[in-house]
Amino acid sequence: MTSNSDFTLYGLSFRSRLMLGTSQYPSPAILAEAARASGAEILTVSLRRESARLKEGQDFWRLIRDIGARVLPNTAGCYSVKEAVTTAQMAREVFGTPWVKLEVIGEADTLQPDVFGLVEAARILSADGFEVFPYTTEDLVVAERLIEAGCKVLMPWGAPIGSGKGLNNLFGLRALRAHFPEIPLIVDAGLGLPSQAAAAMELGYDGVLLNTAVAKAGDPVTMARAFGQAIEAGRAAFLAGPMESRDMAAPSTPVVGRAVLT
Amino acid sequence: MRLVVNGEPQEVPAATLADALQSLDFAEAKVATALNGEFVPARARSSTPVKDGDRIEIVAPRQGG
Repeated sequence: MTSNSDFTLYGLSFRSRLMLGTSQYPSPAILAEAARASGAEILTVSLRRESARLKEGQDFWRLIRDIGARVLPNTAGCYSVKEAVTTAQMAREVFGTPWVKLEVIGEADTLQPDVFGLVEAARILSADGFEVFPYTTEDLVVAERLIEAGCKVLMPWGAPIGSGKGLNNLFGLRALRAHFPEIPLIVDAGLGLPSQAAAAMELGYDGVLLNTAVAKAGDPVTMARAFGQAIEAGRAAFLAGPMESRDMAAPSTPVVGRAVLT
Repeated sequence: MRLVVNGEPQEVPAATLADALQSLDFAEAKVATALNGEFVPARARSSTPVKDGDRIEIVAPRQGG
């Protein structure tokens, strides 16, 4: 049985199993407060064109450094292997980390991964020393290919990015967990509620990555805390070994010794 | 020199990518660069010549999910 303290990603251990996105918050101050309230030790970030006049990226970088979390740069918005690889190379230089959340998007409406491009980009980047966190589907064969390509972590989606639908394919996620007991698995994207994050952890997932559910909540700081608590609760429940569900009722109060009152 | 900087054509006095960043007021900024779609590491900027019509991408940290 795994312990609660062994959330290890590419050789680094973390206490919190929540990875939090930094986008779409009402203000930088709320982002910082939400990040702290969540307990997340890993924040996702991106690279975008910098304007010489505004230099928004410089302020953002100071904010992230002050929060003090480790960063996981993404390749969001990349639709080709080349774009994703080039973006990863730029991110490694700017953020000073070999980590990359690899996204190769295949379809604009669902933002689902182009798994063929993903495997190819993962192979190129792993060979170049990157530590790749692939944003993938729950497909077992793709997962195998990603591991062959050098990935030591997999991040299957729960549902399309930003949809808040939760865990769309419980069967698939369960099968993935059963098939790869030793690989850290993180549900990335699609979660809307803390209960959904808890459900992912109860399945035995190692962590959860989310953004919109916190950033777009009425009170992001409180929601960030709620997700942190739900993920801890779900992890504890997994470790505790949930009971089997059954179709019929079973009395929980002893039947023997009941007074006869007729 | 006519360069396309982050999609915007502009006149930039520069012989190298490092010159271009200096002219564009990015010398001290935390940015990464690409020239015509290829990543150029910071250490290679001063030895990377630019020519008329080149496309330069200059990116910096930003919010991400």
